[in-house]
Amino acid sequence: MKKTYKIEVDCANCANMMEDAAKKTEGVKDCTVSFMTLKMKIEFEEGADVDKVMENVIANCKKVEPDCEIIL
Amino acid sequence: MNKKQKNLLLRIIIAAVFFVPLYLISEGYVDLGIPDWGVFILFLVPYLLVGYDILKKAFKGIMNKQVFDENFLMTVATIGAIVLGEYGEGVAVMLLYQVGELFQSYAVGKSRKNITELMDIRPDYANIEVDGELTQVDPEEVEVGSIITVQPGEKIPLDGVVVEGTSALNTSALTGESKPVEVSEGTEVLSGSINMTGVLRIETTAEFDESTASKILDLVENAASLKAKSENFISKFARYYTPIVCYAALALAVIPPLAIMFLKGSGAAGYDSALSLWGDWILRACTFLVISCPCAVVISIPLSFFAGIGGASRQGILVKGSNYLETLSEVRVVAFDKTGTITKGNFEVTAVHHTPIDEAKLLEYAAHAECHSSHPIALSIIKAYGKRIDQSRVTDVQEISGHGIIAKVDGDEVAIGNDKLMTKVGTEAIECHHVGTIIHVAINGEYCGHIVIFDELKDNSKEAMQALRKVGVQKTVMLTGDAEAVAKKVADDVGITEYRSQLLPADKVTCVEELLKECGEGHRLAFVGDGINDAPVLSRADIGIAMGAMGSDAAIEAADIVLMDDDPLKIAKAIKISRKCLRIVKQNIALALGVKFICLILAAFGIANMWIAIIADVGVMIVAVLNAIRCMIVGKL
Repeated sequence: MKKTYKIEVDCANCANMMEDAAKKTEGVKDCTVSFMTLKMKIEFEEGADVDKVMENVIANCKKVEPDCEIIL
Repeated sequence: MNKKQKNLLLRIIIAAVFFVPLYLISEGYVDLGIPDWGVFILFLVPYLLVGYDILKKAFKGIMNKQVFDENFLMTVATIGAIVLGEYGEGVAVMLLYQVGELFQSYAVGKSRKNITELMDIRPDYANIEVDGELTQVDPEEVEVGSIITVQPGEKIPLDGVVVEGTSALNTSALTGESKPVEVSEGTEVLSGSINMTGVLRIETTAEFDESTASKILDLVENAASLKAKSENFISKFARYYTPIVCYAALALAVIPPLAIMFLKGSGAAGYDSALSLWGDWILRACTFLVISCPCAVVISIPLSFFAGIGGASRQGILVKGSNYLETLSEVRVVAFDKTGTITKGNFEVTAVHHTPIDEAKLLEYAAHAECHSSHPIALSIIKAYGKRIDQSRVTDVQEISGHGIIAKVDGDEVAIGNDKLMTKVGTEAIECHHVGTIIHVAINGEYCGHIVIFDELKDNSKEAMQALRKVGVQKTVMLTGDAEAVAKKVADDVGITEYRSQLLPADKVTCVEELLKECGEGHRLAFVGDGINDAPVLSRADIGIAMGAMGSDAAIEAADIVLMDDDPLKIAKAIKISRKCLRIVKQNIALALGVKFICLILAAFGIANMWIAIIADVGVMIVAVLNAIRCMIVGKL
C-alpha cells in the first residue's frame, strides 16, 4: 500500500536525511521524499499497521531533523 | 515570506546592527577602552541572537547521535573561532550562514510556488443549478451526469460534453497550444481548459478524480518522486562528503601542528608560541567545517529538474519523472508508430477496385463485417458506406490479429483484411498499384476486390524529422503494420531514414528490441506512439512517448512522456528541454563542487579564511538556485 503525506522541512539535505530515516523504519518498504513538492510517499510492507508505522517514521525523522513536520 | 522567514530576517537585521560597531571596535578602528572580555560578552549578543536555533539544533543532533549535520558544523566552526579570539569572524560566519539559509528558504519557496502555479490547472469550483439558481460547489462533489454551467473566463472543472451553448476554449494549460478551440453542442470538453467567449452548459462524463485536470496534476506532482540518476548521485555524495570533510578538518587541526612541533619546534616555523601554532591550524580546520555543508548542490539539482518538468508541462509536454528527463537527453534513435503519430489517422476510402459486384454492395458487406471494430480503418469504411448499420445482420465475428476480420453478414462469410487473410481463406489477393492501405475483401472464399484507404500526413511531420536531426537524433525508424508501398511513401515523404512494414503488433516489440541492441553505449531509444495499441512497445523502449493523449488513459499510463497535442514537433522540443535541464544540472554540480574544492585547498594552506569560505558557500548556493530556475524558461527552445 502506498500513501502520500505532506511534509514541512527547510533544507534539501534534511529532506534526503528524512527519506533515509523513513526507509529504515520497520514496516516501510520504500519511501521517496520530494523536497520540491514537499511530499513524502511511503510504500508500506504488506499487512503493516499504518498508524503505528507512521508514529515511528515521525519519531525517526525528528531524530535526524528536529525541525521537520509530517502532516498525517 | 512566511512567519518563520520574517522572524529570521528580523533577527539577522538586529544582529547585523549590533555586529558592525562591535567589529570596528574589535579590529581597533574605534577605541572605547573596552577590555577584551567586555568585547567578548558584547559579541555574544548578536551571536546568540542570530544563531541560537542553530546551537539548539546542533545540541539536539548530538543527543540523537546525528553528529554530522550542518548545524553541528556551523556550531563547532563558529565556537572554535570565538574561542581562538576571532570573535568578529565567528559571529560574521554565523550571520552570513543565516543569510544564506534565509535566501535558500525564500528562493526555493518562491520558485516552488511559481512552478506549481505554472502547472496549476486545478479548478476551484463548479457551478451547479439548484432550484433555478447557480451555486458554486466543490468539483469533487459533482456526480457524473450532472449539468454544470461554465461562464466566460472560468475554468472548466470536469470533463464532459457540451449540451448547450457555443464558445471558444483556451486549452494552453493542457496542450501548450495558444490557438483557441471552437466548441459547440455535442463537443467533448476537458477539464483545465478555460472558457473564453460564451456560456456553456456541460453534462459531466467523469468524476473529479478521473477528470483530465486531476490526472495531469497527479502525474506532474508525482514526477518529482521518480528521481534522476544525478539526483541520487548527489544525495549519496552528500552522505559521504560531509563526514569526510569533517575528518579531514580534524586531521588538519592535529597533524600539521604536531608535525611542525616535532620537526622544528614551535618557534621555528614563524609562530610566536605553541598556542598560536595550534590556534592557526584549528582555525583552518574550522574553515574546512564551514565549507563542508553540501546544501548548495543538494538543493539545486532537484530544483532544476522540477523547474524543467514544470516548464515542459507548460508546453504541453508531460514528463512523468526526473529520470525520464535525464534519459530523454540521451536519445539518439527515435522509432515511430505510423498511424496517428506521423499521419493524422483520418482514413478515407479513396477507391474500390476489381470488384465483380456493385461497389456500394461491397462497401455494405465490408462496413457490416467491421461494425464491431473501433480501428480507424474500420471507422473509415463505415463512414464511406454512409448508411445505418444493422448489427443483427452480422454474426460469428472473429478478429484475427494482424490479418483482419471474418464475419457472417446475411449468412455470407465475409473476410476483410490484408493479403495474408486472403491466403488464409483460400483465395488470392490482386495487388494494387495505388499507394495507400489496401483492404481486400473475400465473400464466401471468392475474391471480391479491394478498398483503397489513404491517410494524410500531419502538417508538422516533415519539419519534426528535420528538427530531430538538428538535435542530434541519428536514426529515425517507422514501424507500421501497413504494406511496404505505403510505408515507403510515407517514409520518403517525411524523410524518415528507415522503416519496417507489415508488422504485427507483437513484431513491433521485437523490432524495438533489435533497435535497442543496435544502439551504441550511452545512446537511448525513444518510441513514439499514439498510445492506444502501443502500450507494450511504449514500455519496452528506453523512453515511451505517447502522442495526442488528451483523454486516453492507456497512453498516460504506459508512456513516460505524454505529448498533450498531436504535434510531432514537440518531440524535438522535449529533447531540447531535457538537454537544457541536464546542462544546467551539470553546470550546478561542477560549479558547486569546484568552488568547494578550491576553497578547501585554499583553506588548508591558510589562504582562505572563514569569511571567504562562507561567502563562497552562500554565493555558490545563490548562483546555483538562480541557474536552476532557468530550466523553467523553455518557451523559445
